Amino acid sequence: MKALGSLALWFVVWEIVGRLQLSSIVPPFSAVVQAAFTILPTEKFQAAALISLRSFGLGMGLAVAVGLPLGILMARAKSVGRILGMWVNIFVSAPISALVPLLMAVVGIGETTVVVTVFLFAVFVITLDTQVGIAHADRSLVEMARSFGATRGQLYRKVLLLSALPEILAGLRLGAIRGVKGVVIGQLLVAIIGVGELFELYSNHFLMEEFWALVIIVFLFAFAVSEAIALAERRVEYYAASR
Amino acid sequence: MTEAIVEVKGIRKTYDGGVEALRDVDIAFPQGQLSTLLGPSGCGKTTLLKIIAGLIPHDAGEVRVKGRKVDGPGPERAFVFQDFALLPWASVLRNVAFGLELRGVPRAEREALARRYIAEVGLEGFEARHPSELSGGMKQRVGLARALTVDADIILMDEPFSSVDEQTRRKFQEDLLELLRHRKKTVLFVTHSIEEAAYLSDQIVLLSPRPGSVSRIVRPAVDRSRSADEIRRDRNYLDTVDDIWATLRQYV
Repeated sequence: MKALGSLALWFVVWEIVGRLQLSSIVPPFSAVVQAAFTILPTEKFQAAALISLRSFGLGMGLAVAVGLPLGILMARAKSVGRILGMWVNIFVSAPISALVPLLMAVVGIGETTVVVTVFLFAVFVITLDTQVGIAHADRSLVEMARSFGATRGQLYRKVLLLSALPEILAGLRLGAIRGVKGVVIGQLLVAIIGVGELFELYSNHFLMEEFWALVIIVFLFAFAVSEAIALAERRVEYYAASR
Repeated sequence: MTEAIVEVKGIRKTYDGGVEALRDVDIAFPQGQLSTLLGPSGCGKTTLLKIIAGLIPHDAGEVRVKGRKVDGPGPERAFVFQDFALLPWASVLRNVAFGLELRGVPRAEREALARRYIAEVGLEGFEARHPSELSGGMKQRVGLARALTVDADIILMDEPFSSVDEQTRRKFQEDLLELLRHRKKTVLFVTHSIEEAAYLSDQIVLLSPRPGSVSRIVRPAVDRSRSADEIRRDRNYLDTVDDIWATLRQYV
């Protein structure tokens, strides 16, 4: 309720500033909302949304497919953890955006670049969180499983992964938020496609209502993805607290 | 004396940091009896128990179970952990059935067995609860039920009552004796409590401080057919406690 109240306050301030016409880049909030409803049903927006979602999905899928096993490996094989740990830690905080133009030179201008950008934005935090989760998994649970004759596969499936689930979900959530940034930055910087193309179009033609409407739509999408994962996190929290 | 089911010969263990935990440990554990490993903290009693369980590798010597040399965990041994080691995301039922789940026993079958042992350790009605909803004593009953469900001949218990309050511990000790006598299990029990050792054991192995080795073996002549309260007032029981303390006090 408090959050909603503060949000409402901001919208009121925004509306007043917009109505006062202090700056041409700040249209009234109500006009932005109206613009959002006008662009949502257009074919252009839907095509852009589809291509952006696809890039996001592919990039995230790849990031999970690589980050999860890599994080597990780094936690379980100390030598791998030592060798790769430094790099993952550097890249998790590095400004990946600066690398995007470089990517363009390697993989060309197109959807692939965006997918790779999303991947790079998301993969390191997923790897790092998985590693932490697996490394901190209760040692006595591992001993217990071994004492009852667990195979390697059983140890991972039935103990380690579940034990690391809170950290893994946190990594996925942070990865997904970064992934959304990756889509927009990738599309803006290199590939003039999808939502990035729309941002370009609106800002070049000074369509500020539409521009802000798109910002809000992208924000809402990122927020929804993050909240969906957070919901899963809350469901596993009750046992995480008792570890 | 009954035949030894577990034999430990010349066991040595030095940890990575150079700490020598055990030196030339030889012990025979008779079948169907309860043996206690007792000693000052840091004497390597838990290390020894985990070596017998096959959870920690040893540097020299051998562990024989039913005459066969062993190097890892096996279905004839089940472990009860000091910190319970229950899966926090699983119900009591699934935790108790977990050993059988790992062995691939069909769900209906393993859960039926688990229910029986849950009732036997006095937790009937708690099958659907999760570990975080249980007290320490109840958690350890789950740990015991899990070890019983796999039907191992040898139960290895690592200070199972150390994180359980005093009243619960007494009741649990009594239940444990009753249960084990009934099922003819061989129990290897690690404790730092002299009273607990004297009360429970057929054989008490006293270990010297680091590096741990066998200092003495005591076989308390306590008549266990009597009630718990009578045992605790028994002359032999009290003499055993004094006798052990006389040996251990020189290490403290």
